[in-house]
Amino acid sequence: MATLITPENLVYERPEAFTDTPTHYCPGCTHGVAHRLIAEVLEEMGLIGRTIGVAPVGCAVFAYNYFATDFVEAPHGRAPAMATGIKRVLPNNIVFTYQGDGDLASIGMGEIVHAAARGENISVIFINNANFGMTGGQMAPTTLPGMKTTSSPNGRDVELQGYPIRVSEMLATLDGAGYIVRRSLHDPKNIRMAKKAIRMAFEVQNRGLGFSLVELLSTCPSNWDMTPVESLKWLEEHMIPYYPLGDYKVAPAIASVKI
Amino acid sequence: MARELWEGNQAIAEAAIRVGLEAYFGYPITPQNEILEWLSRRMPELGRAFVQAEAELGAINMVYGAACTGARVMTSSSSPGISLMMEGLSYIAGTEIPMVLVNVMRGGPGLGNIAPSQGDYNQICKGGGHGDYHPIVLAPASVQEAVDLMPLAFDLAEKYLTIACVLLDGSIGQMMEPIQLPEMREVKRKEYPWATSGANGRERHILTSIYLEPLEEEKTNLRLLKRWEEVQAKELRYKEYFLEDAEIVVIGFGTAGRIALSAVRAARAQGIKVGLFRPVSVAPYPYGRVAELASRAKALLVVEMNSGQMLEDVRLAVNGRTPIEFYGRLGGVVPFPDEILSEIQRVAKDTPKVVDDPAAVWLKRMDSVTK
Repeated sequence: MATLITPENLVYERPEAFTDTPTHYCPGCTHGVAHRLIAEVLEEMGLIGRTIGVAPVGCAVFAYNYFATDFVEAPHGRAPAMATGIKRVLPNNIVFTYQGDGDLASIGMGEIVHAAARGENISVIFINNANFGMTGGQMAPTTLPGMKTTSSPNGRDVELQGYPIRVSEMLATLDGAGYIVRRSLHDPKNIRMAKKAIRMAFEVQNRGLGFSLVELLSTCPSNWDMTPVESLKWLEEHMIPYYPLGDYKVAPAIASVKI
Repeated sequence: MARELWEGNQAIAEAAIRVGLEAYFGYPITPQNEILEWLSRRMPELGRAFVQAEAELGAINMVYGAACTGARVMTSSSSPGISLMMEGLSYIAGTEIPMVLVNVMRGGPGLGNIAPSQGDYNQICKGGGHGDYHPIVLAPASVQEAVDLMPLAFDLAEKYLTIACVLLDGSIGQMMEPIQLPEMREVKRKEYPWATSGANGRERHILTSIYLEPLEEEKTNLRLLKRWEEVQAKELRYKEYFLEDAEIVVIGFGTAGRIALSAVRAARAQGIKVGLFRPVSVAPYPYGRVAELASRAKALLVVEMNSGQMLEDVRLAVNGRTPIEFYGRLGGVVPFPDEILSEIQRVAKDTPKVVDDPAAVWLKRMDSVTK
C-alpha cells in the first residue's frame, strides 16, 4: 500500500521558526494559533536568525520554548522596556514582545504606553482574552462588564471595579505609535486577517517605521469554563462588540506599505 | 592626562563613557540627575544608546534587555528610585548577566530628603530584591575614587556575571574635586556565549530567570553562591590609614570614612594612637581584615551615616572579642569631624567594654546630641 505521507499530500507542517516542542497550552486556547502565525511570518520574511523575542509573565511565559529564535523572559509587564533595551543596542535586529492582557494592560501599562509614545521600533503581539489566564482566571483590565471571573465572582461590577480598557484605541491616540490594529482568532477568515496584520507589524519594524502592535482577541476555554467551540462563539458574540476589529492607527508612511 | 576640576556625578558619567559604556537608561531623581543629564548629551553624540525612561521600572528593564545582548550597560538612581529597581535587579541577578548600578544614596525612609546618607547599605549590600543573590558593592570616598571604581565595576560585573554597584551619596555626587579621568577607550562588545543577538548560524540563546523545577532553581542558587564565594576570596578592597600602631581602629566607608579620616588626623595630632580602616568593597565585606585589626586593638569605633548597618558586619567579623563603639548620624545629617574626634577622645579616655549592642548604647547617647 502506498504511503499517504508524501509531499503532495502535505497539509500541515511545522514552520521553520518553531522548535519541535509539544504545546503546554490548554486545548482550544488560541495562543497556539497566535504563536503559529508569528512563526509563519518570521519564516516567510526570513527573519528567524535576526529576531529576539521577549516573553511575558502569564500563560506565554514559556513562549520561548516554541520559537527557534533567541528569546528573553521579562518581568511581569516589563517586556516593552526590555525590548527597548535590546533594540537600542541592536537596531538591526527584529525585536518583538508577546504579552497578555494582565501583563500589558494592567501591570505593564506604563511600559507599553511609553514604548508606543517613543515610537520604539519594536513589534508587540497583544493577546486579549479578557482575564488573567495563568493565575487561574482572575479579572483583567479587559474583563467585560458583568463577566464572571474568579476575582469578580458576581460579574464585573463597573461601579466597584471600573470599566475595561480598550488598549488599541488608547494607544492609537499617541503620535509615536505607527501601526495599531485589532484582529480576532475566532475563525479561519479572521485568522488569515490576523496573520496579515502580524506580517505588517514586522514589515513596519523591518523598514524602521516605528512602533507596531497587533491586538488579538483570543479565547480562554479553561477559565471561561466553556468548550473550545463555545468559547469561539462567545468571543464573536461578546468580545467583538466591545472590542471592535479594525485599524486604529496606520501612520502615513505605513499606509503605502504593500505586503 | 592633566587633572581637571569635575563634579562627582558628571565625572562618574564621563568615566563610564571612556571605558566603553554602550547604553544608559535612567530616570531623574536628585541627587544624581547630573549623571543622566551628562549622558543625555554625550551618548547620542558618540552614537551610543541613551533613553530617559518613564520610571525606574522601565529604566532597569531597559538595562536588563540591553545587558542580555552583552552590551556594556548601566543605570543610576537614588534611594527611592533604587527601591523601584529592585524587581529588575533581582531578575538580572537570576539571569546571571552583567550590569553596573550607580547608587547615590539620600536620606530616608520614604521620600526622605536629598541630603547625603548611607541608609541604603543594607538594601544593596544584602541583595535588595527577592531571592538569594549578592551584588558587588564598591563605596568611594572621593570623586577620584568614584571615577577609578567605574572601570573596576564594569570589569567585575562582566567577570562574575553579576550586578556591580558603585555606592555613594549626594555629597560625593555633587562636590567638585580635581581628578584624572581614564583615557578614552574603543567600545568593544564582548563575545559572550550566552548573549541574545539573533540565532544566525548558531543554536538559539534563551535568557530567563525562571526555573520552575525547584532542583534546577537550587542549582542556579548554588552556582550564584559559588561565584560569590570566589568574589569574597578575590575581590576584597580597602584602605588603611595610621593603623600600624593604632589602639583604636575607626571603621567607616564612603563619606563617613572620609570625615573620620579628618578626625583621626586631628586625634593623632593630640597623640592618640588611632587609625582608620575604610572598606572600599562593602560587599564582599573584608571580614577577615577587620578581625585581624580587632585582635590587636583596644577598641573599634564604627562611624556611619545610618543607624549602624555596617556595624552588623563589623560585629560579625569581631564576634565579641573586642569592644565596639558606634557613632552614627541619620536621615541626611552629615557628622562634623569634631563630632567623631570627640568620640575618639571619649573611647581613648574610657575603658571600653564588650557590649551586646553598641548601637543601643549610642542611641542613648544620642538623646543629648539631638536635644
